[in-house]
Amino acid sequence: MTENFSIRKYLRDLKLPFCPGCGIPTIMNTFLRAVHELGYENLNNFVFCSGIGCSSWIPSPYFNADSIHTPHGRSIPVATGIKLLHPKLNVVVFGGDGDIVGIGMSHFIHAARRNLDILVIMVNNMVYGMTGGQVAPTTPFKTKTATTPYGSFEQPLDATRLAVAAGACYSARWTTAHSNDLKESIKKAIQTKGFRFIEVVSQCPTAYGRRAGFKNIAEMLKWFKENSVPIHQAEKTSEKELEKRIIIGEFVERRRPTIGETIHAMIKEVQMNAEQN
Amino acid sequence: MRIAKPNTCFWQGSKACAEGAITAGCRFFAGYPITPASEIAEHMARRLPQVGGIAIQMEDEMASIGAIIGASWAGTKAMTATSGPGFSLMQEFIGYAFMTETPCVIVNAQRAGPSTGQATKCGQGDVMQSRWGTHGDYSAIVLSPNSVQEMFTLTVRAFNLAEKYRTPVILLSDETITHMREQITVPSVNNVEIVNRRKPRRGEKAFFGLEEIPPMPAVGEGFNVAVTGSTHDEYGIRFTADPLVHIKLVKRLNSKIRNNSNEISDFEEYNIEDCQIGVISYGCTSRAIYEAVEKAESKGVKTGYIRLKTIWPFPGNVVRKMVENANKIIVPELNLGQIRYEVEKASNGLAKVIPLNKIGGGELITPEELLATILKEAKTND
Repeated sequence: MTENFSIRKYLRDLKLPFCPGCGIPTIMNTFLRAVHELGYENLNNFVFCSGIGCSSWIPSPYFNADSIHTPHGRSIPVATGIKLLHPKLNVVVFGGDGDIVGIGMSHFIHAARRNLDILVIMVNNMVYGMTGGQVAPTTPFKTKTATTPYGSFEQPLDATRLAVAAGACYSARWTTAHSNDLKESIKKAIQTKGFRFIEVVSQCPTAYGRRAGFKNIAEMLKWFKENSVPIHQAEKTSEKELEKRIIIGEFVERRRPTIGETIHAMIKEVQMNAEQN
Repeated sequence: MRIAKPNTCFWQGSKACAEGAITAGCRFFAGYPITPASEIAEHMARRLPQVGGIAIQMEDEMASIGAIIGASWAGTKAMTATSGPGFSLMQEFIGYAFMTETPCVIVNAQRAGPSTGQATKCGQGDVMQSRWGTHGDYSAIVLSPNSVQEMFTLTVRAFNLAEKYRTPVILLSDETITHMREQITVPSVNNVEIVNRRKPRRGEKAFFGLEEIPPMPAVGEGFNVAVTGSTHDEYGIRFTADPLVHIKLVKRLNSKIRNNSNEISDFEEYNIEDCQIGVISYGCTSRAIYEAVEKAESKGVKTGYIRLKTIWPFPGNVVRKMVENANKIIVPELNLGQIRYEVEKASNGLAKVIPLNKIGGGELITPEELLATILKEAKTND
């Protein structure tokens, strides 16, 4: 079905900047393959917002589309302005774990709470990669990074569950070792209404893997595969056993009114009343 | 009720600001509650839906200015309003709006700082921050209203300048002007000059260069515009290391404002070519100059004034004209001295600059205090 597919039709003719072995090209490929399989011949119906960090470079400027590359952590507020005024455009945010749930955490929670109709794809490489491998809010406990040379002394954040608690209509987690599941999940998310969140655990061999003790990229992907627990299985597993595991799958699927639907209905009503008066 | 009808009204400054914005075509507002700017948000929340616009309260000031920047790229005129603490938080995005050439209007109703300071009391301490608050080389356009009328007209002008020069514009108001109520003549919308950003033609691709002020597409129009706060070429492609791309971009962004500073500058002047004592003032403080100067003249002191409506770019030319005659310039401000340094720079030693400062408790500089300073300086020769 997709034999003749090339992601080049969605890309600007630019050289990609990512390190060898980085997980981002897998995510880029998977996202564009999902877009292709949904029948979009180009990205004209999409607007991409991203912040600062390696994964924020996924759309900007490589996607041949409207893309807004904002300050660090601030992609979601910019996406808010765009989506409220252009309800028909697919607004997709790409960002890293530092961008979305570090510096941009509050915007993430509030967008989910408001049920802003956007898709946020968070590439979780468990580290601040672009700046050289410093500890992130997602770094596993006791892991060595550039700023935790004796191991991280903080517990990592579960962003996918946070999205559920904050009110997301769709929330899922996968790894780069699960690209087919990820693709199907992206397809579903694009077709879902409301705040949608997909976390992709991704390998950063350059800034994370070598300090965390992985010998090569294959080892990291193997770790993703062997440590991933599907959510239905995780529900039957003790918390202790789930320590340091990656729970994958779809955490929530639901429908509630989006902020855009509510605001535009309100404007209509206000204008109608104003005319009658 | 649509656009405010022409009429003579008794309005609060915040309402005049909101109505001015709506008249200028603003259809998106995002803000975060803060004294003394909350009334602007409240007014926008009530009025914008009536004209088909959106007003939203965001989670903080960073999100507020972020949302208006998104709105601007969605092709809509947009505004936020805040005070000092929120203005500090917005600095990051002000630099971004400058770098990405995003027209938008930021209202700062100044209160007494630093930090939380005296939240309900007037101040003029953000003058330098409004010029130099964000990091990097940039140029700011900052307007300073001194009446409820100007809260309307200068808000309209802020939008016009933002649209014309594709840059963020700051309306630097203060607690007094924002909260006070006085008479305002609301103009008919047909008599208000309204400027809209230049749109690109089909097939155009350069939205960040080639021309001094490039055309601006909106998202969703098929232009595939790549917007970034990183250094970029004319087509929006990021160049994070090339010195020439950086020089070209940053110099153009600054020169499009600096080269047009004469057109942007706006001030009221009186008797600057025949005065012994000059007064230079702006915002709420400048309301004291009319009475003080009139009384000084009635006592035989040749006095003139410049009342700044645009603080940045600073109109150094007119100050240089004033110091051809005046040997002393008094600069009253509700801070410990900010614009006085610009006046000193422009007067280049030809006149003695005398700061008249007051801070705290929202106490204004009265006409009597200014008059006393004028008379004292007229008597002493130093």
